Amino acid sequence: MKIDQVPMKGLTSEEYERAIKIKWQPKLQYAWDNGIAIGKYLAGLKEGKILASQCIKCGRIMLPVRSFCELCWRPTDGEVEVKDTGVINTFAICHVNWDASRLRPDEPRHIPAVIEIDGASKGQGIMHVIGNVDPKKVKIGMRVRAVWKPAQERTGTITDIIFFEPY
Amino acid sequence: MGYRKVAIVGAGLTKFVRRAEETGQEMAYLASKMALDQAGLKLKDVEMVTVGSAPDAFDGVHMKGEYLLSGAGGNGKPYIRNFVGGGTGVFAPIHGWMHVASGACDVCLVVCSEKMSSCHPHPQGAFLTIFDHTTEQPLKPTLIWIFALEMRRYMETYGLTKADVARVAVKNKNNALDHPSAHVAEAVTLEDVLNSEVLAEPVNRLDISPSSDGAAAVVLASEEVAKRLTDKPVWIAGVGWNLDTAYWATKDLYYPRYVEKAARMAYEMAGITEPHKQIQVAEPYDPFDYKELHHMEGLLLCERGEAARLTAEGYTARTGNLPICPSGGALGVGNPISATGLMKVIEIFLQLREEAGKRQVPGKPRVGLAQAWGDLMQVGTVIVLKR
Repeated sequence: MKIDQVPMKGLTSEEYERAIKIKWQPKLQYAWDNGIAIGKYLAGLKEGKILASQCIKCGRIMLPVRSFCELCWRPTDGEVEVKDTGVINTFAICHVNWDASRLRPDEPRHIPAVIEIDGASKGQGIMHVIGNVDPKKVKIGMRVRAVWKPAQERTGTITDIIFFEPY
Repeated sequence: MGYRKVAIVGAGLTKFVRRAEETGQEMAYLASKMALDQAGLKLKDVEMVTVGSAPDAFDGVHMKGEYLLSGAGGNGKPYIRNFVGGGTGVFAPIHGWMHVASGACDVCLVVCSEKMSSCHPHPQGAFLTIFDHTTEQPLKPTLIWIFALEMRRYMETYGLTKADVARVAVKNKNNALDHPSAHVAEAVTLEDVLNSEVLAEPVNRLDISPSSDGAAAVVLASEEVAKRLTDKPVWIAGVGWNLDTAYWATKDLYYPRYVEKAARMAYEMAGITEPHKQIQVAEPYDPFDYKELHHMEGLLLCERGEAARLTAEGYTARTGNLPICPSGGALGVGNPISATGLMKVIEIFLQLREEAGKRQVPGKPRVGLAQAWGDLMQVGTVIVLKR
């Protein structure tokens, strides 16, 4: 057999529709523990604060929060509150949903971004979404601030911050 | 460093297709049989087997390594699955190399099989769970987000335009016209890429490789066995792999440091001191067009920020000074994740043996490189081959 004589041909869409198939839709449910560090982070979000971990050995103020410093390989030295403002490191304007289905023209576009949070060490960013802005006006380097849910509606999740908006 | 020499002595590849009728096992069998036939070996000659395959969620088959066992010829042998996300396809032969270089065996079969089409409505949905379950998934991320974020950061850092990046897609998809395994070889133009559907700005549809089903396999042999089997062994001169933090948003996405570290490891082993001069043909991983540029820079094949200009000048064309992805790459041949990486290794194997047919690059190359990438902008896997 020569390498240029490759097997398989692939099904056409019509053949695929006709083919006998077994379908399975998993209905699995998971309960993910927040963990020690992220648990504190979420409790902070519920209070309208962004917490970061500090390591007194390397001096980093780290986001996301973590129980141990992966560079110094030692426990972190507690959490400090950082600002709820930051700078857009990079962003995208997304026209599809998580499963690759397309947004309708009238639906708002998703604007995911990496946001470097003020008060954390240089480059310590988190992923969140940008809102309350014309997507065409979003730029790298733009300053943004967290828009929080009202205190009574916060549940201790990342979505307690609805989005970050330019200011 | 005390390693035994290891050669690739045979290779097998299926077509990469949108929907294969064959199962993952059947595809693994086709590629493995072809590789053994080319090496002139029987299954009984294979002492150990290693299999690479991407996340189980694509197939919906749990314990996929065990499932693929029979197709990959692993029955009753020391057999193991290896996995480093999208980097798996080049890690698999590195893993096979460990088996032979260490002296654990003389003949190791390396198989990568990927069935992407089982996941509905689109395998992209299976990627949701790569994001952190607590701090990221509630934001409903899609896989394209992370690429679009990285692509924009890369373009902004060097002031690149969409066209600068899209030339990679044009080159690779046209290169794939000459590849017998190609899923979507198309004579696309720059306008086609730029005018294709916008998915997540700055990413358009044709900036992305297609999801494919397919399999690839290579046979590795120790020096003594390799010399007995073939007068054209291709030696694994260097291997490298490296993983960076899963806190992907904390590293500046404009440059893949982990790819550079993997490359430096492989170059040191291969005695390569000036990769931009000594590497004569390369297959960096190109699941998105900008990724080829990103990886050329991480692999030290050019200066940072220079890859787009070199592409525009034809430097990376099949007839250029440094042919990049002469196979057509993931963008052109298709992207059955792990099989893509191994397809790239096979392309370098064929190029160094001067058996690449219409895809053959000029100049009788002696040294080539394949690289894969994966996870949350995290892993680089690099293999340097010499004839």
